[in-house]
Amino acid sequence: MPISLIQPEFKVHIDYDKCHKCGRCVQQCGWSVYSFNERPIPDDSKCRACHRCVTYCPAHCITIKKNDLALRDNANWSPSLRQGVWRQAETGGVMLTGMGNDKPYLSIFDHLLLDACQVTNPSIDPLREPMELRTYLGRKPSAVEVTSDGNGGFRLAEGAGVQKNIKLDVPIIFSPMSYGSVSLPVHRSLAMAAERLGILMNTGEGGLHADLYPYADNVIVQVASGRFGVDPEYLNRGAAVEIKVGQGAKPGIGGHLPGEKINREVSETRMIPQGSDAISPAPHHDIYSIEDLRQLIYSIKEATDYKPVGVKIAAVHNVAAIASGIVRAGADYVYLDGFRGGTGAAPQIIRDHIGMPIELAIAAVDQRLRDEGIRNQASIIAAGSIRSSADLAKAIALGADVVAIGSAALMALGCHMCQGCHTGSCSWGLTTQKPELTRRVDPEWGAERLTNLVSAWSHELQEILGALGVNAVESLRGSRERLRSIGLDEQTGRILGVKPAGV
Amino acid sequence: MRYEPLLERMPTTRIPSFTDREGVSRGERPRYAEEAPFKIHGGCGLMGICDESGSLMSGQVPIRAMAVQRDRGNGLGGGFAGYGIYPEFPDHFCFHMMYHDLRAKEDAEALFDRYFQVDLAEPMPTRPVKGIADAPLLWRYFLNPDPHKLDEAEMTPEDFVVHSVMLINSTVDGAFVASSGKNMGAFKGVGFPEEIGHYYLLEEYEGHTWVGHNRFPTNTPGWWGGAHPFTLLDWSIVHNGEISSYGINSRYLEQFGYKCTLGTDTEVAAYLFDLMLRRHQLPIELACKALASPLWSEIDRMPEPEAEVMRSLRAVYGPGMLNGPFAIVLGFNGGMVALNDRIKLRPLVAARQGSIVMVASEESAIREVLDAPDRVWAPKAGEPVIATVAGNGSPVHSDLHLSADEVSCAVTGMPETCETVEVS
Repeated sequence: MPISLIQPEFKVHIDYDKCHKCGRCVQQCGWSVYSFNERPIPDDSKCRACHRCVTYCPAHCITIKKNDLALRDNANWSPSLRQGVWRQAETGGVMLTGMGNDKPYLSIFDHLLLDACQVTNPSIDPLREPMELRTYLGRKPSAVEVTSDGNGGFRLAEGAGVQKNIKLDVPIIFSPMSYGSVSLPVHRSLAMAAERLGILMNTGEGGLHADLYPYADNVIVQVASGRFGVDPEYLNRGAAVEIKVGQGAKPGIGGHLPGEKINREVSETRMIPQGSDAISPAPHHDIYSIEDLRQLIYSIKEATDYKPVGVKIAAVHNVAAIASGIVRAGADYVYLDGFRGGTGAAPQIIRDHIGMPIELAIAAVDQRLRDEGIRNQASIIAAGSIRSSADLAKAIALGADVVAIGSAALMALGCHMCQGCHTGSCSWGLTTQKPELTRRVDPEWGAERLTNLVSAWSHELQEILGALGVNAVESLRGSRERLRSIGLDEQTGRILGVKPAGV
Repeated sequence: MRYEPLLERMPTTRIPSFTDREGVSRGERPRYAEEAPFKIHGGCGLMGICDESGSLMSGQVPIRAMAVQRDRGNGLGGGFAGYGIYPEFPDHFCFHMMYHDLRAKEDAEALFDRYFQVDLAEPMPTRPVKGIADAPLLWRYFLNPDPHKLDEAEMTPEDFVVHSVMLINSTVDGAFVASSGKNMGAFKGVGFPEEIGHYYLLEEYEGHTWVGHNRFPTNTPGWWGGAHPFTLLDWSIVHNGEISSYGINSRYLEQFGYKCTLGTDTEVAAYLFDLMLRRHQLPIELACKALASPLWSEIDRMPEPEAEVMRSLRAVYGPGMLNGPFAIVLGFNGGMVALNDRIKLRPLVAARQGSIVMVASEESAIREVLDAPDRVWAPKAGEPVIATVAGNGSPVHSDLHLSADEVSCAVTGMPETCETVEVS
């Protein structure tokens, strides 16, 4: 075999003085880094720095370091670009990767600051006063119509309320990750946590496994271009149905789940033959225009007694006009996925160079829907790298109703962002179907960690609201007056509708 | 977007771009809106009084109620609104106008001549008062929309008036509409409220309902248009507090065509009442519940038909919910409503004496005006105090009107003569 020009990214160092020679690292590593010959011998070239072995080594004797090989500086040809050329010269293929865009684009969230109250209006202590995060997801009428009930009270006029909306106890949901791309214990963890938190998980495009039927009231069922696992029972089982048009990590690109990941249970859930590749076309072949989308939305509504139907799109340049069309086509929510959103597998060139930041997409869509007087007709779900409760609060202040978290949820379950999801060998047992790996996630443990994460962010959001002097999240939603920018150019500030700090 | 038919017919040279409101003044004259380009913070005192029998009270009454609350303001804004004060023109819209200079007056009057039938135009009667300076030109007009223009615009007279008010305030340089309702008017300016009342000769008016306000702005020079009350049609609002949800409230209103030109919380509250009561025809107690929503935990404990109404109100009007500390009094031709924020962060005291319902920031105002109140109480957070004038068209649902159980009734007359207000 000709020699590879690509040098290992990491160096695995074992302190053999401390090593128990127990072989735990050999057993834990999903990437087959270790062989064992009286003691563990690492093959640096396979290491992805996922820290599974480091975490589980009983002697704490493993260290992973960057391979500090010097390449001649070149501000134009970064080491990763050079490596890309070498890799493609070797393989002739499209470079695949997992997780979200890791390029150092400007993070707008990190250039926004929140307000707080001083003197003229009091801040509110969330430990002592009510601090409400409940959010209703879905289409709302522009006005509430009531009729007298004859006893001095009122009742809603026919069809005037928000009965079809989904109640969320906090404005955070789990973003779609398909069964197939992630393991069943991951799906179970998400579903159990969603139920405990009073929020939603999302099936992604891989159908709903029978084990998750008891959690269906907390599940959004997704209909993507491959239509995997879609039948009338599936549509009716979920709390809402989502038509997936695009994904932030790979706008305009379909999906490919290799046959090796299609075991018996995945095949049953996806309703495709075992071992066959699951290929999602780039477009839905029954949606070539906005009127086609309207027909699909209403077909699904007819099939489900008018459950909420949302549409997920990647944030692309013309996102405001597209979102407006989606709302006018009858969607109950628009799910915007920014260009930093995660993925189980995507061509690296697409992931790193297509789309736009979620912050700008929220701002543009929220403003457009307001300009057109249709903001009440659909909720906005924002996703694509919500990394903390600060991002959550800023996204809501820009105009999002709800945020969705995927990468953060996986990290709660152990993910270390090694970007190897597409390999199917996830050492943490998340993005794999190998039984010896998937059993590493105990759904009870996973649900607790996910519940902890969302609860912690919720408490932090309450603290932020308290500092802002409001006691309900709807008073922050779209309230860009409570944001200021620092270090952003004027044009970006205008698009965001946010004044610079100091004004 | 519905004001476009009017906009199109305005001389375009006089319509500055609205998008760069943040900027400093354009041209040689500032518009009133530009004098307060940013959100106004501040504390205040307020009062409201309504005789539910429809009997008229002299303008001295609100002056006295505000004079004892002088410490709540800093002399940078005071004002009143009275209802039933123009019995000679009960069916005319009355525009109280403030003009920066004569050219502003000409511009606004050109608009009146074009779109309205003006039956009386006169300067506001005023008297010189020490401490009141830099008054704008103050005029009032009794008018109705031109029937032909109304047909052309395909609007109701009320909608037509609302759009005209917005048009003037946002596009006519140096002109400001202080009030525009029927049989009512706002009297406001820079000064302590008792001085302002004296300046406008308020003692010569008689009304069944009065609201008054004393302002303590903290970050803006006082200016005449920014004083309370704020009005739209016959709704007038006085407000104490700061609405921390201003950002989303104003964006929500913009969706319905409102322009929040003044940068004040109070203006937002006025527009929200107008949206819910007049345009969405919500009963006033439900509008109050939308503005100061019950907690979700309270809604969850309500019996089902009511809980469903409240859930929908909150979900739909959430962007309009007023969050943060406030006490508000809303006056209208049918009476008045007083409302506190959802967790009562600002003072509001209420009282009843016979057919008179009164609210104020401080009990001292009530004790000053009412000689023997039947009951004085502190309304709970988010619980509106509603007074309705018998015989006047009222948006208030009669069955939820303040009951006799809540306020015992005994008839006591108001003193006919009021002490002279001391003006420093």
